[in-house]
Amino acid sequence: MQRYILRRLLAVIPTLFFASIIVFMVIRILPGDAVDLIIKSSPFMEDSEQLRKEIEADLGLDKPMHIQYFYWVRDIVVYRDLGTSLIRETPVGPDIAERVPVTMTMGILAVVFALAISIPIGVYSAMKQDTIGDHVGRSFAILGLAIPSFWLGTMIVILPAIWWGWSPPSRLVPFFDDPFRYLSVFVTPAAILGASLAAVTMRMTRTMMLEVLRQDYIRTARAKGLSETLVVMRHAIRNALIPVITLIGLFVPYIIGGTVILERIFDIPGIGQLLLLAVQDRDYPVITGIFLMVGIFVISVNLIVDLSYGLLDPKVRDQE
Amino acid sequence: MNYTSEAPPLLEVRELKTYFRSDGGIVKAVDGVSFTVDAGETVAIVGESGSGKSVTALSVLRLIPNPPGEIVSGQIRFAGTDLLELSEPEARKIRGDRIAMIFQEPMTSLNPSLTIGRQVGEPIEIHRKSLAKVVREKCVDLLQKVRIPDPERRVSSFPHEFSGGMRQRAMIAMGLACEPELIIADEPTTALDVTVQAQVLDLLKELTRESQAALVLITHDLGVVARYADRVNVMYAGKIVETGTARDIYNDPRHPYTLGLMNSVPKLNNGEKAPLEPIEGQPPDLSNMPPGCSFEPRCPYSTEHCRSEQPELSLISGKHAFACWVNVKDVS
Ligand SMILES: Nc1ncnc2c1ncn2[C@@H]1O[C@H](COP(=O)(O)OP(=O)(O)O)[C@@H](O)[C@H]1O
Ligand SMILES: [Mg+2]
Repeated sequence: MQRYILRRLLAVIPTLFFASIIVFMVIRILPGDAVDLIIKSSPFMEDSEQLRKEIEADLGLDKPMHIQYFYWVRDIVVYRDLGTSLIRETPVGPDIAERVPVTMTMGILAVVFALAISIPIGVYSAMKQDTIGDHVGRSFAILGLAIPSFWLGTMIVILPAIWWGWSPPSRLVPFFDDPFRYLSVFVTPAAILGASLAAVTMRMTRTMMLEVLRQDYIRTARAKGLSETLVVMRHAIRNALIPVITLIGLFVPYIIGGTVILERIFDIPGIGQLLLLAVQDRDYPVITGIFLMVGIFVISVNLIVDLSYGLLDPKVRDQE
Repeated sequence: MNYTSEAPPLLEVRELKTYFRSDGGIVKAVDGVSFTVDAGETVAIVGESGSGKSVTALSVLRLIPNPPGEIVSGQIRFAGTDLLELSEPEARKIRGDRIAMIFQEPMTSLNPSLTIGRQVGEPIEIHRKSLAKVVREKCVDLLQKVRIPDPERRVSSFPHEFSGGMRQRAMIAMGLACEPELIIADEPTTALDVTVQAQVLDLLKELTRESQAALVLITHDLGVVARYADRVNVMYAGKIVETGTARDIYNDPRHPYTLGLMNSVPKLNNGEKAPLEPIEGQPPDLSNMPPGCSFEPRCPYSTEHCRSEQPELSLISGKHAFACWVNVKDVS
């Protein structure tokens, strides 16, 4: 097991390296740049080649890209500094850190919500294969897949507002002042995001359960006199959920994409909002900072998923 | 062995019919099978693959997957009660406790993510409601009994750390856990290396005898039957075509199918290997059976009568019966 963990950890290094290069490059390849925006946004500046050069030099954008990359990595590794926002001139790190708990809360709630509804329904669907209950469950899954969360989110914000003048709570209070109130802000968007994840998880759970229930060891368990509940709980679910867990790792980028949109719709001050602003402003350090954090997070989650795979499946654990 | 037929048999299967629905129609996997097993005796069910042996065994435990399968009719009397009349919870009380089953595929019949100890001890845990510690101790005993080396350590092993032979020993241990009155072993050694087949069968036979359990030994190998069974049922296309003591079947086989099986087994007694002659042709389509004898299309002795009418089992002596219109003795 230790070797397994070590191997997985080592494998992270090249992944991180390539991810950081991509994160750094991609945003600089996009059309439009911050210098443009800075000049345009300030009426007192005369657009001249001279001024452009100066601003570029101030921002460190005049150097070749690989040098910029080198400085960027050096600052992160040596000074733990993600840079400074080009527009607001505040340090990027604390800006992001402040918003991490908000987006994390949303993501975790969405995953919890998704698993809490999808696994029981998936298991039920598999056990009652081809009955009405199964069909109802699967129809919901297809519905969940088919409805885009941005549309559902918009409807949920707009319709009650039009009909009853009600809108979902959105003012964030500090968590420790009133945890309940804090969480209440996330309930609706997390449920919407969770529903779209639940669709995939439910289908996956059902498929894997059906596969596992066909296995010989399930027949062995039945032949021992176990009740159907025990057969499922003890012998089937565990094996069926191993692939489902991998899904959660794959969800992370999707969740982040979803929060960007839902934070906007529900006006929640998380990473998503910060990112949207930064993209509008071509605020490179903020964008790369967020992307890097997201990248590291995605890699870590997948690492955790891999490791929990090892915990669940003794064969993986023993592999050299 | 001498069992008086005064007492009712431990297991009496009567006119069992188990069918499967399929796209091609109704598959009559078991079609009117009757046999008995007395307490403590070893009864073999022999036949080629696809003849309905496993379905018969699973029917006794009421483990036929429904859909697509269903026990259509018949009786399965076990120690006086008809298992087919029991409710599902009542049937569960018997499974693994009074009737245990050992399956053919040791590689896939154990759950890959639970320890051997957990799985071997499960019948005790379920039926005896014992404490975890007691279960574990019993497990170590059981593993010892089936001669798995270092049982204290091995209870915590996972199936993938076991060889095929060891897994099948573990399956046997699991079967013996609650000291059942009847053990059904469905081709317990077919998937194993030839070198360990005899070891595992000897062990199974020895342990069932020790615990005075009856054994239904399912096999496609008549060679195995000679060595381990008291009585034999030869099965073909969902029916029993010949039944008798092991001696009857060996010394005086009457059904052409039994004769065919005999010829396809390497002779054990004479040292030189006789050439193997597998029976020609394929078993019939179970969803579209010929109107006459189901073996007729492959039978070297077939007559007009065989094509038109199904032969019934008829007794020729003691316990020996066979279902054939032709008297093989006269023809050959
Ligand atoms: N789960 C199932 N679904 C459909 N048909 C089945 C199923 N199990 C068995 N059968 C049918 O029953 C026949 C007999 O199978 P089986 O009892 O396993 O044969 P044996 O054990 O003698 O090799 C097979 O040929 C197959 O057509
Ligand atoms: Mg079989």
